[in-house]
Amino acid sequence: MKHIISALVENKPGVLAHVAGMFAARGFNIDSLVVGRTEDPNLSRMTIVVIGDDHIVEQVRKQLARIIPVVKVQDFAGRAVVARDLMLVSIAVPPEKRPEIFALVEMFRGHVVDISQKTVMVEVSGPETKIEAFIDVCRPYGIKNVARTGTIAMPRQGTSED
Amino acid sequence: MSSESQSSAPAIEAAATVKTGAQIVVDTLVDLGVETMFGYTGGVVLPLFDRLYDAPIRFIIPRHEQGGCHMADAYARASGKVGVVLATSGPGACNLVTGLGTAMMDSIPLVALTGQVRTDLIGNDAFQEADTTGITRPVTKYNSIVKDIKDLERTVREAFHIASTGRPGPVLVDLPVDISVGKYKCNGKAQIDLPGYRIRTKGHARQISMAAEAINKAERPVLYVGGGVILANAAAELRTFAEKAHLPVTMTLLGLGSYDQRKPESLDMLGMHGSAYANYAVQECDLLIAIGARFDDRVTGKVATFAPNAKIVHVDIDPSSISKNVHVDIPVVGDAKHILVELTKEVEYRERAAWFTKIADWKKKHPFRYDKKAKTVKPQYVIDEICRQTNHDAVITTGVGQNQMWTAQFYKFIRPRQFISSGGLGTMGFGLPAAIGAQIAKPDATVIDIDGDHSFNMTMTELATAVQYELPIKVCILNNGYMGMVRQWQELFYNRRYSCSYLKNPNYADVARALGAVGITVDKKEDVPKAVTQMLAEKQPCVADFRVEREENVWPMVPAGKSISEMDGLTILESMA
Repeated sequence: MKHIISALVENKPGVLAHVAGMFAARGFNIDSLVVGRTEDPNLSRMTIVVIGDDHIVEQVRKQLARIIPVVKVQDFAGRAVVARDLMLVSIAVPPEKRPEIFALVEMFRGHVVDISQKTVMVEVSGPETKIEAFIDVCRPYGIKNVARTGTIAMPRQGTSED
Repeated sequence: MSSESQSSAPAIEAAATVKTGAQIVVDTLVDLGVETMFGYTGGVVLPLFDRLYDAPIRFIIPRHEQGGCHMADAYARASGKVGVVLATSGPGACNLVTGLGTAMMDSIPLVALTGQVRTDLIGNDAFQEADTTGITRPVTKYNSIVKDIKDLERTVREAFHIASTGRPGPVLVDLPVDISVGKYKCNGKAQIDLPGYRIRTKGHARQISMAAEAINKAERPVLYVGGGVILANAAAELRTFAEKAHLPVTMTLLGLGSYDQRKPESLDMLGMHGSAYANYAVQECDLLIAIGARFDDRVTGKVATFAPNAKIVHVDIDPSSISKNVHVDIPVVGDAKHILVELTKEVEYRERAAWFTKIADWKKKHPFRYDKKAKTVKPQYVIDEICRQTNHDAVITTGVGQNQMWTAQFYKFIRPRQFISSGGLGTMGFGLPAAIGAQIAKPDATVIDIDGDHSFNMTMTELATAVQYELPIKVCILNNGYMGMVRQWQELFYNRRYSCSYLKNPNYADVARALGAVGITVDKKEDVPKAVTQMLAEKQPCVADFRVEREENVWPMVPAGKSISEMDGLTILESMA
């Protein structure tokens, strides 16, 4: 099962290597890992999607918490969270098929961000399932390139724990 | 710049003083109470060594950085203080890796300071450059590189704090040479700032009560004690607790010394080469109370059938140790000393006559044995004799392998910090430098390295260190000419094909004499007591080379993948009765 784990870490050199190294050394699998700044300039947030049973994910959580510059670890499993992934996708679209693609983009609430003779680049964000669905509908046209951020997440306000 | 006084710091320290980075490091070490350091010089650490030249710190120079790291480690194990080792960049730092790994696996408080090339050269493959923090990250509790002199003092203080608190471990600080020679206006003591480092010392009261209740109800409890009790300085509290609740006590390799093995309640060591009575008791117990132990594979054997009838209580300061290998019913996270005191308040004495009778029967039927009638020098006999002549009172270090297991089986330890051995990493070559570190920590103690010939070969150059510092350490080599434990496995599982487990050894007594130590060779059984007496009486470093039975095996033995009650060698042991 997929778990979204959120770790607040000190903004220090080597923290990412420490976290990534721990995952490698202990044989845990990372589905995605996103690091970004937070409201506090001293802290970054790592959002890590891990696949594993409860026992493994419990160990991941504990081993993360054990890393000195890791300040706080939360497992969002079982909580109401907003989870988002951002994708840029370049699709092979000749000019005559552009209206079809534009309609799809509209439907998925994406944006066309670049266009050329043979391609259209689209930005789509949302839950992972939505991103995957968009890829599926574009596949018949031919997908040239995909770049995805990986999941970031935040619990809905008013849910349990902080 | 005006010297603003900080409310918490004394006025004298509040006055800004300009110091070099090296001065900041050495002054901070002195302020932290460091009296002894181990290490080796080199290019980029010269500024530090220049400050150490007239600092009130005793500096011990090994012959190799690995030796220095083991010395600092054993110094910490013997004294309870933080061990400190200093090495230069590149090869110096790389040579620390085995020592750091050894300390990491056994949770030993150690601070390693390494020199690094100038910050503007980092990443350029400069002379003697290595990515030290990258290389040592998996073998340290924490490491960091100081890239700004304003962070220097705080980083050094944090290293000592992290190394010595919670579950202890080695911490490395990498010091680029431009930081060491740089100047900084110090203004009062730097305060540590570790928002991500919190330790739970006090155990959860309700969990403690649940554990106590389970203990009070148990018909067949076993207390399983690891090195955590020694690290927490909780041996006295353990004894009080075990006596009040009336519990049999088994120890891991690193737990040896936490409970007096002469007591009838001691089940001695458990696990792969543990006692049959400890392993039987664990497999039949209805409650296993683990304190400061981590259910290592050498202890549990086949995990699925480990302590199959038992509820498990696990007391540990590291939450990640709990339910890692074995499912725990009642976890208590916190400091062993504190939790043992709290538990003692809530437990009641119970007779458990049937259980103790059963244990006494196992102990009677399956003691550790060897062939006392043999004409050859049995390695176990040498250890027996050392234990007898030192009256259980020596500090013992070991190599790794048969020598280590026999020492754990036949020397009966009575107090904590008496047995110093590389448990988790299993580092051959640990024994001799460890004896040096322990003797530095305990100048008046009798310190004996009970070693294997091949373990000794790995670091024997450190004998010169013992000679230089006039340390009366004793090295007792159980010389069977083999990598004994490897040979035993090859005999049992590889059809006696002794692939690469044999080396041609030097004459160790000659080696000892050449390095300025005393050398003794013993090849007759009847000479063993006299040789041990002579070895113990020597005031100089002494190497006694005991030419022991060559193909002796360590019994009992739990083969890999078996439950710990499925021991091989019990009938062999019975035939020696």
